[in-house]
Amino acid sequence: MNPAGYSEQMRRAWAITRKDIRIYYLKGPVLIFGVFMPVFLFLAFLMGSRQLPLAFLISGLVGMTLFFTATAVSPAIFPWEGQAKTLERLASCPITIEAVVLGDMMASTIFGIIITLVTVAIGLGLGLPLLHGIILFPVILLAACCFSAIGMLLAVPPTNVPSNIMMLSSLLKFPLVFISGIFVPLEQMPSWGLVLAFCSPLTYFTDLVRYSFTGAHYFPVLADIAALAIFTMAFTAGTMYLHKRTMPRRM
Amino acid sequence: MQDTIEVKNLTKKFGTTIAVDHISFSVHEGEIFGFLGPNGAGKTTTTRMLTGVIPPDAGFALVLGHDICRSPVLAKQGFGVVPETSNAYADLTAWQNLMLMGDLYGLPRVRAAQRASDLLATMGLLERKDQKVQGFSKGMKQRLILAMALLHEPGLLFLDEPTGGLDVQSTQMILSMLRELNRAGTTIFLTTHNMEEANRLCHRVGIIRSGKMVAIDAPERLKAAIDRVHRVEVSFDHEVPGDALAGLAGVISVNRTGDKWQITAEDKDAAIRSLVTFGIQNGVAIVTLNTLAPSLDEAFLRLTQGED
Repeated sequence: MNPAGYSEQMRRAWAITRKDIRIYYLKGPVLIFGVFMPVFLFLAFLMGSRQLPLAFLISGLVGMTLFFTATAVSPAIFPWEGQAKTLERLASCPITIEAVVLGDMMASTIFGIIITLVTVAIGLGLGLPLLHGIILFPVILLAACCFSAIGMLLAVPPTNVPSNIMMLSSLLKFPLVFISGIFVPLEQMPSWGLVLAFCSPLTYFTDLVRYSFTGAHYFPVLADIAALAIFTMAFTAGTMYLHKRTMPRRM
Repeated sequence: MQDTIEVKNLTKKFGTTIAVDHISFSVHEGEIFGFLGPNGAGKTTTTRMLTGVIPPDAGFALVLGHDICRSPVLAKQGFGVVPETSNAYADLTAWQNLMLMGDLYGLPRVRAAQRASDLLATMGLLERKDQKVQGFSKGMKQRLILAMALLHEPGLLFLDEPTGGLDVQSTQMILSMLRELNRAGTTIFLTTHNMEEANRLCHRVGIIRSGKMVAIDAPERLKAAIDRVHRVEVSFDHEVPGDALAGLAGVISVNRTGDKWQITAEDKDAAIRSLVTFGIQNGVAIVTLNTLAPSLDEAFLRLTQGED
């Protein structure tokens, strides 16, 4: 066994994932927040913009759910663990920082996917046809990885005060939802809004979900997938690099 | 004797403060090394650098033959850490904490479960294995932390104040376990404030003051080195004249304290031999004979109270 080898570090990252799920995700309030938050936002917009079709709103709900759930807990894990000194334990164990970050990302990816599948089921239950399921499910996985990386990026500032990170997280997450074509179709956005939308990975995921349910899309499907993949790789590499630099300052 | 830890010019700065200032020392394989120093001297910072928690700003540390900065995973695979503050996951049970450690050290599941059962039994925690750690007392948490550090049978164990604030039973259990581990070949790096603990456990101690190593030696030699003169306390079954004692070889001065004589001597060994010969020649028997060496506390205070 080479403890520093990729396969062994993957195994240890999976141990971090299981620990995270057990401690942070399998909690009533977290699960309830994960489901209710997007549903309430969706209901607010359903009542406020009755001219938008249900298929459009459900697609947005799926996008929003995955985005919110995959970034709900992960930004606060490092500050929590820093406060409880368990991060110091991990730092003295034979696991790389990259593997710890990967383990945290995998936990939020799994959590995001499971909750999102519930909203997909709600959409199907409301009678929406799933036209391109073969696109939807792999794309949910890809986007979950991307949003989990965003969640971990939000945790980069080396503070051990979770409320600071959660405030920063909310400041970035909510505006992102409004510029990503979830409530306002990209076709109706002003040019400056479109420029902002291009910078958001949520835009491409929502476009793909809409394509899966309605067949309509703003960008070519391959361009959406490529953009999501590029964002995922960039955010994953970025979060691992930055956490490696800031980790000693948490101790 | 091989070195388990080799430290050369290790340095750590926090802003403009130099917490650890170019320290060099080594810990031999199979020994218990006590790392002593007053609060803020740099003990914990040094331990954190040696365990790969924070990187040094200069110098290097070889731990179990691996550079802790360049090959941290390989170094960490071989040692266990018991930090000052209990850092088991409070929301997990004792068993889940141990299994997590097993996974993080790459132990096969069956082996980890066997080791966990054995260690929990040894630590007196087997019946509480399925309870969450948040309900544990401080002593129980500390025993669990020790079990977590020992799960992968490390050849080197770092302990930072392992008995701080514990009751007598937990303290004795941990200390006797450390002795057993050391007898079985485990090298122990012990950071402590407790001089009595260091005196009784450690083969060698290193004393750090203001980030600099001021002494490294065996506790007895360290105690002897701080005083150039030695004190011997003796009592006889008959009265003896003080002048006669003062004239003995190696004796500098004598003082009467109750029924005893306190003798200061440059050479402890010569003075004791003279006293024994004096007793035989004068037909008086020695009732008590004690060497009054300075305690490790005194040595520590002397070494750590100098000018910075």
